[in-house]
Amino acid sequence: MTEQTDPADDASWFRDGALASWPICFGYIPIGLALGVLANQAEIPVWAVAMMSVLVFAGSAQFICVAMLTAGASIWAIIFTTFVVNLRHFLMSSAVAVHLSGLRRILLNLFAYGITDESFAVNMARFRRGGWDFKRAITVNQLANLAWVLSTTSGAVIGQFIPRGAFGTDYALTAMFLALLLFQLHNMIYVLTGIAALVIATAWYIFIPGNSYIIGASISAATIGFFLKRYQDSRK
Amino acid sequence: MNFSDYLFLFGGMGLVTYLPRWLPLFYLAQRRLPQWLIDWLSMIPVAILCSLLAPILFTDQSSRSLSLGKPEFLVAIPTLLFALKTKSLGGTVLVGMGLYWLSSLFLW
Repeated sequence: MTEQTDPADDASWFRDGALASWPICFGYIPIGLALGVLANQAEIPVWAVAMMSVLVFAGSAQFICVAMLTAGASIWAIIFTTFVVNLRHFLMSSAVAVHLSGLRRILLNLFAYGITDESFAVNMARFRRGGWDFKRAITVNQLANLAWVLSTTSGAVIGQFIPRGAFGTDYALTAMFLALLLFQLHNMIYVLTGIAALVIATAWYIFIPGNSYIIGASISAATIGFFLKRYQDSRK
Repeated sequence: MNFSDYLFLFGGMGLVTYLPRWLPLFYLAQRRLPQWLIDWLSMIPVAILCSLLAPILFTDQSSRSLSLGKPEFLVAIPTLLFALKTKSLGGTVLVGMGLYWLSSLFLW
């Protein structure tokens, strides 16, 4: 296990994980509260909001679920929509697997539960920088999970008293994504891949309903980046 | 809906969310990946982050149409410069929030 093999692993793993996760937890508070308020208005009980956040742990799908329940959609329609909306995690799980190779299967099963857009982005940046391991990464996942469960549940209880978007909290996750993106731009190939993704995702988002733009633009842009790298390597 | 209805709904949603999170990790982490796949996967974080950001920065999300120069985009420029200068994730989040808050007070 990591205790023997990783020299960077010491008693500070929890502190490292907590420090890396606070921007996520901070960003989840306004979104979680907002979800709780909506669920409360849709007359979903507080215990059910907590149950949803623990079992599903996926922000956008939970918003869609509340909206669909309000609109009277069937349970099967909601489950199918959730599946489609969350398919993007397939790509993230594939990319993070590179950094968790050889880990025991039980630990991989646990880790998979906590893969979200936010924890994925933070952990990938840290893995890339080095000195990061399974314990630190799963600390990020699970603290974010805790913040999500607590904020959505609190939103269902007290959320209607809190003004939406106070102090720019709506921008917290956007700012975090911007910073994480900047930290990943190691050379020109990544910059071009990013530009390709921005252009494709914007066009896809405008012309195709739903949220297939995330998977569609990610796969297209990564493939463009891959061939750009191939081309660059072949000219060396 | 009663307790068992909610349990069935959220259990089902949880299952279909967990499967795509779990399947690649479970299979790929036990194997030696070919170099081309590692290279392709290394492009995924940048591609996903840009795909998630694009509609926020460049479109009006209620009408799903192109919207250039919206506050989210204008605030992103100094936020990125701050991130470039300081390399601080937490600081960038606070600065981005502060600028976005100010923009809502003074500009729009």
